[in-house]
Amino acid sequence: MNIPLSWLKDYVDIDMPLEDLAGVLTMLGLEVDSVRLVGLPGPAHDEHGFKFTGISWDREKIVVAQIDEVMPHPNADRLTLCKLQDGQREHIVLTGAPNLYEFKGQGPLPKPLKVAYAKEGATIYDGHQAGQVLTTLKRAKIRGVESYSMVASEKELGISEEHEGIIILPDDAPTGMPLADYMGDAVFEISITPNMIRNASVLGVAREVAAATGKPLRKPQASIAPTGEPVDGKAAIEIRTPELNPRFVLGLVRGVEARPSPYWVQTRLRLAGMRPINSIVDATNYVMLELGQPLHAFDYDLLVQRAGGAAPTIITRTVAPGEVLTTLDGVERKLDDFTVVVADTAGSLSIAGVMGGLESEVTPATRTILLEGASWNFINIRKTSAAQKLNSEAAYRFARGVHPALAEDGVRLCLDRIAAWSGGEIAPGLVDNYPLPANDPVVTISEADVRRALGITIPAAQIAELLERLEFRCEVQGESVTAHTPPIRLDIGEGVTGQADLIEEVARLYGYNNVPATLMADGLPQQHRNRVVDAEEELRDVLAQLGLMEAITHRQTTPEREARALPLSVAPQEVPYVRLLNPISADRTVMRRSLLVSALEVLERNARLRERLAFFEIGPVFLPDPEQTLPAEPQHLAIALTGLRLESHWDRPVKENYDFYDLKGILEEAMTGLHLTDVRVTPAEHPSFHPGKCAYLLVDGRVAGVFGEIHPLVKERFAFGPAPVLAAELDLNVVLPLVQERFRVAPVPAFPPVLEDIAVIVDEDLPAGRLEEVIRQAGGKMLAGLRLFDVFRGPQIGEGKKSMAYGLTYQSSERTLTDADAAQIRQRIIRRLEQDLEAKLRS
Amino acid sequence: MTDETDVLGQLEAIQAAGMQALEAVQNEKDLQAWRVAHLGRSAPVMQVFSIMGKLPKEERAQVGQRANAAKGALEAAAQQREAALREASLRQSLQSERLDVTMPGRAFARGRLHIVTQTLREVVRILGNLGFQVYRSPEVESDEMNFQLLNIPPHHPARDMQDTFHTTTPGVLLRTHTSPGQIHAMREYAPDPVRVILPGMVYRYEQVSARSETQFNQIELLAVGKNITLGDLKGTLTEFARQLYGSSARTRLRPSYFPFTEPSGEMDVECFMCGGKGCQICKQAGWLEIGGCGMVHPVVLQNGGYDPKVYSGFAAGMGLERIALLRHRIEDIRNFWADDVRFLEQF
Repeated sequence: MNIPLSWLKDYVDIDMPLEDLAGVLTMLGLEVDSVRLVGLPGPAHDEHGFKFTGISWDREKIVVAQIDEVMPHPNADRLTLCKLQDGQREHIVLTGAPNLYEFKGQGPLPKPLKVAYAKEGATIYDGHQAGQVLTTLKRAKIRGVESYSMVASEKELGISEEHEGIIILPDDAPTGMPLADYMGDAVFEISITPNMIRNASVLGVAREVAAATGKPLRKPQASIAPTGEPVDGKAAIEIRTPELNPRFVLGLVRGVEARPSPYWVQTRLRLAGMRPINSIVDATNYVMLELGQPLHAFDYDLLVQRAGGAAPTIITRTVAPGEVLTTLDGVERKLDDFTVVVADTAGSLSIAGVMGGLESEVTPATRTILLEGASWNFINIRKTSAAQKLNSEAAYRFARGVHPALAEDGVRLCLDRIAAWSGGEIAPGLVDNYPLPANDPVVTISEADVRRALGITIPAAQIAELLERLEFRCEVQGESVTAHTPPIRLDIGEGVTGQADLIEEVARLYGYNNVPATLMADGLPQQHRNRVVDAEEELRDVLAQLGLMEAITHRQTTPEREARALPLSVAPQEVPYVRLLNPISADRTVMRRSLLVSALEVLERNARLRERLAFFEIGPVFLPDPEQTLPAEPQHLAIALTGLRLESHWDRPVKENYDFYDLKGILEEAMTGLHLTDVRVTPAEHPSFHPGKCAYLLVDGRVAGVFGEIHPLVKERFAFGPAPVLAAELDLNVVLPLVQERFRVAPVPAFPPVLEDIAVIVDEDLPAGRLEEVIRQAGGKMLAGLRLFDVFRGPQIGEGKKSMAYGLTYQSSERTLTDADAAQIRQRIIRRLEQDLEAKLRS
Repeated sequence: MTDETDVLGQLEAIQAAGMQALEAVQNEKDLQAWRVAHLGRSAPVMQVFSIMGKLPKEERAQVGQRANAAKGALEAAAQQREAALREASLRQSLQSERLDVTMPGRAFARGRLHIVTQTLREVVRILGNLGFQVYRSPEVESDEMNFQLLNIPPHHPARDMQDTFHTTTPGVLLRTHTSPGQIHAMREYAPDPVRVILPGMVYRYEQVSARSETQFNQIELLAVGKNITLGDLKGTLTEFARQLYGSSARTRLRPSYFPFTEPSGEMDVECFMCGGKGCQICKQAGWLEIGGCGMVHPVVLQNGGYDPKVYSGFAAGMGLERIALLRHRIEDIRNFWADDVRFLEQF
């Protein structure tokens, strides 16, 4: 909502600097986004806390001047030369303003034209450039005539975008007066929160300022006395659904003439962000901005004509099936069955509360105005406005709730404004149909209620006084205040809600900054530590320590994107997705089921940027459950690696790529980092992975996830580099609950270990895991360490065989082991290997 | 038989010859050979000792003395020579091992946590010190949890403030804020007092641009108890802002509107870049919005299982990426989920 300062001052005295007023408004909850200067000087100090835009008019260089004669330009038809008086001396000013053509060559004007005159050196906006570009007036020759100053348009002075002609000021504008003093203004751009729709009006904002500053509020009054035949009997109102249309008010003005509104009215409308149309439409818009009540003017004679010469009956009703209406913007609209229209006996006239119809629009020929002020159910207007994608100023207000009392106030004031600006006589009385009177809540709050919410004690009398500033009618009884909501607002509820509403009003006017900051007096409640969240953070740390970079991706994807994790030949399984009804784009239509694809996409995006890529992501996947309304959201971990294991370096000639065992090592170390001990790896088959390089990770015997080298047919579906791509996806809902808060630490051995190596020849097919298992079993608790340090294949050991060399560590916690002890363990191991695995000791 | 002067003269010559030979020694090996030749068992000076017995008794002392002196001098010279040789050899080897220290160091593959994780941890740490603990709730929510129980009935104007992603299941949507976590936490803990942090991803139907994303993280705090006031909200947020933005950070609480809190407010912190003078970061306002907050609405307390006549509470929420954007002067919010290494490796 744009509030011009000059307009605000009609209703409340303001004697503080602009930045202070911005501060007062903001601290009332009327957040000032910016202050646009339209001529007035800006703030004196830097630290004002607000954004100021716009232009200040130099008091010396931009003044009111009068044009005494408009003369033709000797060398150009489209230019004129103005003989102009600026209060100090006469100038000849060159202009191309089309609105001066009609005065050209008439000799001295009988009545001088008052204009905004910018002298040499004045800084204004360049009228010939798009947008607002500042320029300083300099001396120049245009078509042989010297020019150093100009008569300004609204665009050049930053009032509006208007640059069709120069500003013609009212005749009584005093020649020589600084323009900033005559009409300098500032526009406060305020964000109106939904609960404050009553303040989407100049009077509403003025009421708040008056409440905050203690100054009286001057409400606008109608001043023109109605005359002639009363409106009674000239029109009737039929409301078919009072829940949707609680009140409908009509007034009548006869003998009007639509013409341009007075200049100050046009200026105010422009500053408030609306376009002046004519004095009738402008009056409805002006009063809407003034009071917050949208109004609509009908051509009365047209309605009589439609009623076959009789007094028209205005009917408000939901639409008939298939009903269409062409609105003011020229669009033919199909209306939904919940839409309410204002109609007469011949058909619909306008979409109630949203936009008027084209047919019954006021035209220059209109002589009699039937003026509508109504109130509508806000939910229905919201639905209508959304369905029609129509966001008018009227719909904006009605969709948030306008009090029915304003319908009458608005009509009375607007009739007065129409008569004042368009001529004509106001018919006495109103036609008022008010079938569903507003229920203005009466709410009682006590000092204790206020203290409990705000932490401070405000005496009941002061609570009442603060609320009365906002026009609540209050009764104080002991420590309680009973407040009657004024008939201007719909945001005060009943019961505990109403109490909270009143406490907020008390807090706003008392001042949030006057409430002292405290720390909670109560002791800490029972602490609920989230162990799984902690374990997840530990896992992040471990993975970062292992050299992986954390990624966080978009959780919206498409089934097609996820299908890229399969070879083209494998048809994706029909799996349920959380599907979006209103996706933002074609590549984000569902919530992801897989974190693996997200991780592969991250690799793909970075494929050409680095020779070594290693990422992880931890986050939820979304798995619909037919038995539940909401999907399961297990936390998953994905890891993706590709490229060089070690970044290339000037003395590192051998470049090795990441392979399966790097990923396995990372996963094992990650589990070790979480102090999980029962971790196993078994061969797996999964369509995304290379059949020979794929495994399950088992933790405590449960499959936590799958990992391996990406299948070549999957790899070719992504724009990866040539190196193998390794990836893993784990379900952390399996892993993290197993992480213990405390883990045991083994004592540092007090006795020296015995170290020895053995190499055994086994069948090529024998998994290392099996070999290790046998060695560990045979070694018993004395075998403290086992490390595979070499694998050898060659003719020396025979076809289909491999030699596996292990370093063994024997250790006792009770004594120093002797050579005999070591030999015994060693014998045991070798015997078991020979028996169970047909292994041969390699000598 | 030689006389005394003869022997003394010989010793003189032996010493001189030894010294001269030592001059020529250039390495450890030569020095070893020299030792054998000049201090070994058959060296000339040692020969003198072996003939000592044959000398007249009165000469023995002087000759012995002189022989010892010659031997001592040769030994000392040898030691000196040895030290010199070692020093020279060390100097040479160090010289040959000299590196070009300006050559690039070996790159170490340090992992990184995402800036959002880092920021979240800092916020959680600060709030943790104030007694708040993390509570998670789902990202795909019911309309009831996301809106209705938070005092936002269907068609409420406040729904305009949050453009929503709906799913094809009626009444199921992507949460637009972390506030449904308030209801989850209250329902779990009622009637005990509550102090929780509600962090997580939220979704808004907004066109993606440098300034807006369809998903972002919020972090919300909720305190419910029998004595919780707006003053406590101010105090808690002030303390939070001081710990996050510096001990001198000034804050202000101004009225605002949220359907699930009343009174509602918006907390601003004085711009840490310009100190309130106005700059690009704070869009010339001197203040930065850090988040919305307020006293939990009585209807929301009721929906969470608390009697609003007895209990009160406050809630506050803020955007996590916004904190990171401001602190690191990141100009484009799309960087957060684009996962470009050139962005990620800077943290």
